[in-house]
Amino acid sequence: MADNSVEEGMLNLIEEVCDDDVIREERDIDLFEAGLLDSMAAIELLVGIETEFGVEIAPTAVEREEMNTVNKIIHQVQIRYEGN
Amino acid sequence: MNFYIDPAFYVFLALAVIPAAILGFTGHRIKYYGLAASLAFLLLLFGENAEGMLAFLVFLAVACAATFWVLSSWKRGEKSLWKYRCALVAVIAPLVIYKIGAVFDHNLMGFLGISYITFKAVQVIIEIRDGLIDHMDFADYLYFLVFFTPFTSGPIDRSRRFTEDANRVYSKQEYADLLARGIMLVLIGAVYQKVLGTVFFHYFTPAPAGDGSWWSELGEQVKDAYMYGFYLFFDFAGYSLMAMGASYCFGIKTPRNFRAPFLATDVREFWDRWHMTLSTWLRDFVFMRVVKSATRRKLFKDRLHTACAGYMANFMLMGAWHGLTVDYLVYGAYYGTLMGATDIYQKKSSFHKKHKKKRWYKALQWFITINLVMLGMAIFSGQLHTVIGGLFHG
Repeated sequence: MADNSVEEGMLNLIEEVCDDDVIREERDIDLFEAGLLDSMAAIELLVGIETEFGVEIAPTAVEREEMNTVNKIIHQVQIRYEGN
Repeated sequence: MNFYIDPAFYVFLALAVIPAAILGFTGHRIKYYGLAASLAFLLLLFGENAEGMLAFLVFLAVACAATFWVLSSWKRGEKSLWKYRCALVAVIAPLVIYKIGAVFDHNLMGFLGISYITFKAVQVIIEIRDGLIDHMDFADYLYFLVFFTPFTSGPIDRSRRFTEDANRVYSKQEYADLLARGIMLVLIGAVYQKVLGTVFFHYFTPAPAGDGSWWSELGEQVKDAYMYGFYLFFDFAGYSLMAMGASYCFGIKTPRNFRAPFLATDVREFWDRWHMTLSTWLRDFVFMRVVKSATRRKLFKDRLHTACAGYMANFMLMGAWHGLTVDYLVYGAYYGTLMGATDIYQKKSSFHKKHKKKRWYKALQWFITINLVMLGMAIFSGQLHTVIGGLFHG
């Protein structure tokens, strides 16, 4: 899977978890502050990342500030995906 | 000597901060002094309670042996899962035995602070398995476990964060800032706990329903639930602020435990704001793991069902941790159900989706949430139990 399809797959996943297509446009807003993600939904997101991309991000591996926008989430998945 | 309760504690604390401040202001690491001071405070804590002291030392020996055994297995690349599981069982066993013993009024392996030290030891072992901790100094580990200011009731810090703070050398300005904030936090915490907590507790006068009209009786019960809720908040948030502030004086930025919990607009947000270090610990080390393993094995038909099962496991465990009594188990089941129900409602209800950004809807959500929270308080305090018991036996 190339980078683009990771990105597209991640956008689908984030949209599903956040339940709002605004995430496709607003890629740098803080999802927690915007009320699109809460801590419980964030866990669903990590589980989704693992099942769909085989990328395991331990729940305490990444600080929330490093994973609070759409772009940062995709980045965290990409650096681990490429490492595979 | 009980921490934050006996007046003598505050005297010793003030004295103990002086050398820490000297080290901090002169650009020295506070770690080794902090470790020595912590051990001295634990001696004061257990004092003449030889049984507690012994149980604590047994726990400490088990935790150190188990943790470094797993760490060496991971370092060598062996990554033995059975060693990991044995280590987890070994550090959790004393707490489980203690909680079961408490049901039969026996104190088995218990000591003040057993829960919180267990949470910390478990975090380290799990993070070794996750590959997040690949190196650990023995003194750092010991300091993390025994650091005295949050020893008895939290907040629950995390080892990697703690160790980074412990090994930092602060500039004069940084330390001055930290010390000033620390002292402020201790003072605010004291006002919360000693003044506001005491006031609200004074108005908490639970009793079975009397002979008045049903609405005046209900009003009385609602008042008690609110008074207890505010009492518990000011008491525990006050303690937490003091523990946090005292940590700051030693250069350790212990995380906060409460963030205006009664402003939450749903119960999920409530748990993001109430006893945060416990709820995030449970989230990271219980909920997350349960959800992950259930998802992998496809135990439930969709994510919503999986999440509901995860919430139930998570909160039942929290209830059981408070104590193996009917009230606490009902409290756990209550929040397990509410969390799942909230999730389903917010994901499925078109009414919610349509109105969620409107001000009147948010106000309504807040009003419902705070009353659900206060009903939870009535379960937790045993008030509901008293009322229901009164209806049957009165």
